[in-house]
Amino acid sequence: MTSNAFIAFQTNDVTRSIVEAIVEDNPGAIVVEQPAMVKIDVPDRLVIRRTSVEEKLGRDFDLQELQLHLITISGHLDETDDEFTLSWNS
Amino acid sequence: MDMKTSKKLGLKERYTMMTRDLAWDTTYQPMDKVFPQVGYEGIKIHDWDKWEDPFRLTMDAYWKYQAEKERKLYAILDAFNQNNGHLSVTDGRYINVLKLFLGSTPPLELMAARGFSMVGRQMVGAGPRVACQMQAVDEYRHFQTQIHSISNYNKFYNGMDEFAHQQSRMWYLSDGKSFFDDAITAGPFEFMVAIGFAFEYVLTNILFVPFISGAAYNGDMAAMTVGFSAQSDEARHMTLGLECIKFMLEQDPDNLAIVQRWIDKWTWRGTRKLASVGMMMDYMLPKRIMSFKEAWEIYFEQNGAALFTDLARYGVTIPKCFAQTVEEKEHVTHQSWLGFYMKPESTPFHTWIPGPDELDWLSEKYPNTFDKYYRPMYEYLDAQEKAGNRFNNKTQPMNCQVCVNTIKYNEPGDPMEMCFRETVYQGEKFHFCSGHCQEIFEDEPEKYIQTYISSHQALQGNCAPEGVDTHAPDFNPGSHIADYWRLDPRATGDFNGSEDQKNFAAWRDLATKN
Repeated sequence: MTSNAFIAFQTNDVTRSIVEAIVEDNPGAIVVEQPAMVKIDVPDRLVIRRTSVEEKLGRDFDLQELQLHLITISGHLDETDDEFTLSWNS
Repeated sequence: MDMKTSKKLGLKERYTMMTRDLAWDTTYQPMDKVFPQVGYEGIKIHDWDKWEDPFRLTMDAYWKYQAEKERKLYAILDAFNQNNGHLSVTDGRYINVLKLFLGSTPPLELMAARGFSMVGRQMVGAGPRVACQMQAVDEYRHFQTQIHSISNYNKFYNGMDEFAHQQSRMWYLSDGKSFFDDAITAGPFEFMVAIGFAFEYVLTNILFVPFISGAAYNGDMAAMTVGFSAQSDEARHMTLGLECIKFMLEQDPDNLAIVQRWIDKWTWRGTRKLASVGMMMDYMLPKRIMSFKEAWEIYFEQNGAALFTDLARYGVTIPKCFAQTVEEKEHVTHQSWLGFYMKPESTPFHTWIPGPDELDWLSEKYPNTFDKYYRPMYEYLDAQEKAGNRFNNKTQPMNCQVCVNTIKYNEPGDPMEMCFRETVYQGEKFHFCSGHCQEIFEDEPEKYIQTYISSHQALQGNCAPEGVDTHAPDFNPGSHIADYWRLDPRATGDFNGSEDQKNFAAWRDLATKN
């Protein structure tokens, strides 16, 4: 059975770039916009790559900055300097 | 030319050095005497170093990001208040959801701060100790910022000033109080399952995600910024709860049976606590983004199924109550709002009959149940109110001995029959709202016979203001309880005809005209 990993952010200028990066790096990503927030679901595994976010933002980005904008997550988390990964059944 | 200096240490190394390497084993006293609480629940731990916080957040980074969150939050709060933001919410009725939130949520955040301070001291490993310390500080921040954001509304509307006094005394606040009292008086591992797992993973996703998105939709920037700021910490808290469950299951196969019992118990307790949150979404937000039923499907059924499918590798099965919660999602919010509507003199917030378009929205969102069971009740109560006979139940409620909800839910499989369960323990009869609560009681009766139940206390003469003779022959507990609660009469009753309704309309008028 496929489970969705997901992440939700407050909508703002920084997360617009983060969401663009997630959509490019995760084929099958489903983006749901709700008042003041945006939620992205990906089957099994959702990855946020630092380099992709930096490219979209046009500046350096520390993945721990995600803390400022996060609303909720689903999945087991693994975080390194380069990738923030949420996964089920891995 | 751009020269980028590489970081001295990677995230994993930084985390290891700043947490585990700063801890030590005691030598003057043996470790099991310094940390006596981790053993008595029966959980077996062989290697505390196997616990790793997946966020790998070090204390210095924690302070940096939390300070930034606070700056953002207070900038928005100041702007909202300076701009008379309270008059930009959709409808004066909306403010009542904040009154309910104020009484029910910040005091629980404070209990969570206390609980994580305690558990942080009791855990042996440096990983969980640091994570618990951060969570304790987070919970204290939530407690303060929630009160701070609502304090501006308190300048204008009734019913908010005595929430701290009322929290441990009033009937409808007892379910949340008992949830945390139960958790904090358990051992450290059960506390982690209760709060870190059931409360954070199940409850806060619904309270702080769709409900707060709904607050934003209703123009309340203050609640939105506080709610989302809090929830940005919850992602870390959920991770801690899940990590704790995995850690226990990986450490020893004997832990499974204990963990499973806690998962069953606390998922049910979280579900019961959510009935009033669901009611806030379905009935108290004038503009709605999704029904409680839809939120339950996304955040509990789908997300919960993902979690339990994943944990199946350890032998964990889905919580026993799962099927019942799926059946109840179509009923509990309606039963809760009807319960509050029928006690207009017993809450510091107003209730009302939903308007015609709101009844239609409920019919659309609850096609299987609303028109069949609940619309006729609202139409009857509405006709009675219009005829000058607004329903007013003056009796004491009957509460469940475990979850302390008023007993009002239906028998599984039979929406027309109220569910009652009872157990006789040491010659005394105890009442429950459900088979699940009855089972929780029967597992630990000595704990739950001590539950504080407001209506019992009132009938025993313990809820009268000082100076009232509770032994006088004509003593009537019901006539003193509002004073004991310090309930402002202006804050009670139906929203129609209330001072809040008049003031909101008058001030909004002033805000748009000269």
